[in-house]
Amino acid sequence: MAIKQLTVFVENKQGALVSITDTLSKHDINIRALSIAETQDFGILRLIVNDEKTAERILSEEGYLIKITEVVGVKIGDAPGKLSAALKVLDENKINMEYLYAFMARTEKHAYVVLRVEDNKTAEKALENAGFHLITDADICKL
Amino acid sequence: MAQNYFQKEIETMPLEEMRKLQSEKLVKQVKHVYENVPYYRNLMDEKGVKPEDIKGIDDLHKLPFLQKSDLRDAYPYGLLGTSLDNCVRIHSTSGTTGRRVVAFYTQNDIDLWEDCCARAIVAVGGTKKDVCQVAYGYGLFTGGFGLNGGSQKVGCLTLPMSSGNTERQVQFMNDLGATILCCTPSYAAYIGEYIKEQGIQPEDISLKAGIFGAEPWTEEMRKGIEKSLGIKAYDIYGLTESTGPGVAFECSEQTGMHINEDHFFAEIIDPDTGEVLPEGSKGELVFTSLDKEGFPLLRYRTRDICVLSREKCSCGRTLVKMAKPMGRTDDMLIIRGVNVFPSQIETVLLNEGYEPNYQIVVDRVKNNDTFEVNVEMTAEKFTDKVSEILKMEKSLANAMKTMLGINPTVRLVAPKSIARSEGKAVRVIDKRKLV
Repeated sequence: MAIKQLTVFVENKQGALVSITDTLSKHDINIRALSIAETQDFGILRLIVNDEKTAERILSEEGYLIKITEVVGVKIGDAPGKLSAALKVLDENKINMEYLYAFMARTEKHAYVVLRVEDNKTAEKALENAGFHLITDADICKL
Repeated sequence: MAQNYFQKEIETMPLEEMRKLQSEKLVKQVKHVYENVPYYRNLMDEKGVKPEDIKGIDDLHKLPFLQKSDLRDAYPYGLLGTSLDNCVRIHSTSGTTGRRVVAFYTQNDIDLWEDCCARAIVAVGGTKKDVCQVAYGYGLFTGGFGLNGGSQKVGCLTLPMSSGNTERQVQFMNDLGATILCCTPSYAAYIGEYIKEQGIQPEDISLKAGIFGAEPWTEEMRKGIEKSLGIKAYDIYGLTESTGPGVAFECSEQTGMHINEDHFFAEIIDPDTGEVLPEGSKGELVFTSLDKEGFPLLRYRTRDICVLSREKCSCGRTLVKMAKPMGRTDDMLIIRGVNVFPSQIETVLLNEGYEPNYQIVVDRVKNNDTFEVNVEMTAEKFTDKVSEILKMEKSLANAMKTMLGINPTVRLVAPKSIARSEGKAVRVIDKRKLV
């Protein structure tokens, strides 16, 4: 069920990010969602792409440090309070969250949240029980 | 292990006899150098020393030092000790710290060098029944030719593989049953990894010993290599200026390297004052070639920091022992008043499971030294959690503080992002302008 997220170690210097996105575009990899966590010295780029296997291979070949992490994707309504409702479910079930990022759907009236939690299975179950619709890699490719 | 010696009489010679031998050789060598090497004659004249002032090894301290800069100034023929007609070969350094050094060898020089390497091979248990795989580079670099010659003198079947082409190395190792491997420690570690990747168990290969040198390595690396190849790993020391590998070699005890002091007399000096220090003191290692003909360097300052010991060795050799060099005078840093050797940083990294790819950056800001260590992140340690990476940096900094006594700022950087020069990472950037 989980979504595969590509994590890339990025040095905090000029041109570092564009060389990654360039490499991806040359191989027709489409980025569906991304977030960057940064410190003064380095950044961690997290990507959801349409073909993570190819993306992993070509970035590795270019010498980047890559890790594939499984994250939870959840569909929420595009209205105030909807994200809170999802987060409350995690909170109530005492599921620790490391980070999250969100993106809007192009056509539907929905937003999507990518959650990095300690235990994917428990989080997925809790969210489904609370009536949330989880999304998969296939859903992401269709967006 | 039962002890064998290549040249037992020399290797187990009582100290008094050795001093006598060294004295005889030195008196002859100084006279020869004074008469044949104008560059050194000038240095002696400047210091007011005549060959007749040198009556034995106890007078050695009267002679002037030679430094790396002298080798540069005298390049290429200024320190040649005999006519080029008598020389049969040259070797050369990589020149990473300046201009290349070119050393000249007569046939006698090559013979004594190969004897030294043969002593090293016998000391790790080598006999003519052994198959010795030499995976040091052959060419201007001394490693390949030196061990090759030593191996043949012992009577081993010698595989002159040179370095690189690991697949072929392992194939020959297996097919011909190599028992002794000679190469750099980093290449030995690499072969160990390769073997593991191929699913070959250490007990499936017939190697029993390895002789590794030409670059600094740590006890942690030794343990790793011994485990991955299923062997005993021994250190060997040398420098092109003296001859090449085999100036000193490790025996079964693995607690330091016996110096072939019948050919290379070692002193430890205070690097600042040049004063000779007593046995057991830490200081700069200085070598005098007692009987080299082509390139007879007297009192050559190696810049290696180490300690000598004459403690009785269980192998029966009486040759003085040198500890593994603890660093070099030219890369020792003084940061916030504390001596820091890059090799200490390397030890910490290996202990903590990182590759020894790092760079020390020192600067002075508002009269305070800043001390940063950049370390390449590894694929195994990389994670998507920022908090974890910050924790790794902190834990590395703590381990370095324990080792050094001062606190660095540790920064994890991308793999292969640390600048390399001729394959060697640039270890130290000192931006302090101390005028």
